[in-house]
Amino acid sequence: MAETLRHAWRLARKDLLIEFRSRTAILSAAVFTVLVLMVFNFGRDPTAVAAVDLAPSILWVTFTFAAMLALNRAFQLELENQALDGLLLAPVSRASLYLGKLLANLIFVAVVETLGLPLFALFFNVAVLPFVAPLAAVIALASVGFVAVGTLFSAMTARTRFAELLLPVLLLPFMIPPLIWAVLATAALLAGRPLSEVAGWLRLLGAYDIVFVALALVLFPATVSE
Amino acid sequence: MKLLRGGRWITAAGLVLLAAVYVRALAFTPIERFQGPAQKIFYVHVPAAWCAMLAMGLVGVAGILFLLLKDPRFDRFGEASAEVGTVFSLVMLTTGPIWAKPIWGTWWTWDARLTLTLFLFLLFLGYLLLRGAVTDPGLKARYSAVLGICGLVLLPFIHLSVYLFRTLHPQPIVLKPSAPSLPGAMLVTLLFSFGVFTLLYVGFVVQRYALSILREPAEARDHHA
Amino acid sequence: MLLADGLRHAFGAVRALDDVSFTLLPGQTLAVFGPNGAGKTTLLKVLAGLIRPQVGHARIEGGRRAVGWIGHQPQLYGQLTVRENLRFWAALYDVPGGEGRRREGALLSRLGLEAHGDRLVRALSRGLVQRAAIARALIHDPRVLLLDEPFTGLDRMAAEEFRRLLAEQGADGRVTVLVTHNVEEGTELATDVAFMRAGRFVRLEPRAGRGVDRIAAAYREAIAGG
Repeated sequence: MAETLRHAWRLARKDLLIEFRSRTAILSAAVFTVLVLMVFNFGRDPTAVAAVDLAPSILWVTFTFAAMLALNRAFQLELENQALDGLLLAPVSRASLYLGKLLANLIFVAVVETLGLPLFALFFNVAVLPFVAPLAAVIALASVGFVAVGTLFSAMTARTRFAELLLPVLLLPFMIPPLIWAVLATAALLAGRPLSEVAGWLRLLGAYDIVFVALALVLFPATVSE
Repeated sequence: MKLLRGGRWITAAGLVLLAAVYVRALAFTPIERFQGPAQKIFYVHVPAAWCAMLAMGLVGVAGILFLLLKDPRFDRFGEASAEVGTVFSLVMLTTGPIWAKPIWGTWWTWDARLTLTLFLFLLFLGYLLLRGAVTDPGLKARYSAVLGICGLVLLPFIHLSVYLFRTLHPQPIVLKPSAPSLPGAMLVTLLFSFGVFTLLYVGFVVQRYALSILREPAEARDHHA
Repeated sequence: MLLADGLRHAFGAVRALDDVSFTLLPGQTLAVFGPNGAGKTTLLKVLAGLIRPQVGHARIEGGRRAVGWIGHQPQLYGQLTVRENLRFWAALYDVPGGEGRRREGALLSRLGLEAHGDRLVRALSRGLVQRAAIARALIHDPRVLLLDEPFTGLDRMAAEEFRRLLAEQGADGRVTVLVTHNVEEGTELATDVAFMRAGRFVRLEPRAGRGVDRIAAAYREAIAGG
């Protein structure tokens, strides 16, 4: 168990080293986040719709696209370098391979979200500090949900034609439930609803995460073996 | 080929019985008080949605069996079930708005049952697109199985998301934990319709399965060419 | 040390392995010669554990940890330096830090790569990349080496150095399986030779001191006849 985690971390470190050395992906994600937030801000009519009503959806659209950027890159790296066989040959379990990718993707997404949230609060004049802890929990749980499934799927789509188009299509039905719960939870928090209401959404998100990470661990070997 | 002929007979029987469903629904079932005659599409609408969900569930089960037993017949069944499920979902997605327009004045509503079917349609679409994008047959079967199993596991979560909504859709009358609260004649029509649609599902899947067996030599040739 | 027993494997209608059996003891180097499509790469993949054979089994003492692979693909990350690559792969094989550094230094100098240790792999020429791939394969001190056309891309001097390196491996009690379609390259290193065609070993015998010409003649005869 400890060995699996150790290997997973080593694998994640390698991915992160490569991503942050080139910086293209993280910069694209950052620029995109700013762009989306700006467009939404200019696009709305402040008299017609209160910021608080739209805000959760806007936040989550931004985060979702950032996640997609990370996921598209995930297994492309191995394919480009043709290193997948080497990884399969090494005495590391398939679980470590999956967890390593998952961890790297989550960290990437977390960086973008950490940049995006303050910007979002700034542009939309939304007070997030009072509930930053439960909000962080919502964001974390929802991100794990779609990145877990996305990492599994990217192992499959990496080898197909039109990989960048296929991945979002496959992922869409799997992103919607956690997204919905996340948006509802965020809306509840921003509206000042009591924490007990939000707890329900958190439980759902948690259940989704546990189920799909477990499922991905079981199914991942089938996507890389021969 | 025997399987194909058998499938055709089942489908033919199903279609005849479907006509009987229409007749029964239109002529022999009472009109619902609040929604009027347009409510009758319920007898086609609901079973079609149920069959789409059944199709998805079976794709998932076929996936599990394929990964465990490596028998390509499960993969063929999964493909057949997915294609039939796509058709049923499309039926639902077209009949749904047709019903919604006279009742609520809009073509599309984000109500529970329609949203559920949209999900199913997207799942099936993804499944078929994935199959189309992978050329190697072994890989195709394995990837499809993985996606199918994920889809199966997603179903309960879809229900959870969808039923947590405020919904315009009438409550799921038949599926309530207590005894179904539809009056007798309507319940009979509905159950009859469920049976017919399931029969149609079986008929279509059997035919599609038979077709994929027939197509196999040609596909193998294309792949190695 | 290395055991192959009744291996059979087919890809659709193509029989890649058709009842292959042999045993190798420490110090032996088996050169498998065969035309393209004979099943040589499949054999290596089965020995390495990348493919599970449909019939029969292969066993390497020490498991995946003991196997080093050099093939067409360098299995190096272009976006990392040579040293970073070596350290990454060493970590995956659980090579202790100090030992890893020592071997890293020794391999780089042995393969003429010291000047390039801190250069990104994608900036290196094909020959240097292949040398770096050799370093990667040896960093965890494998007891068994599986080589798939390893001389591709090496110039004469590098090939000579590599041959010397491999000879040392054999002397150290390692087992090597080398597959190639080029009789000249593999003969000198081999203690045993096998001629492979259509998934079968047409001949499997000790080299018995024969030189390249005699082996080449035997090979032509075995493949043409049969």
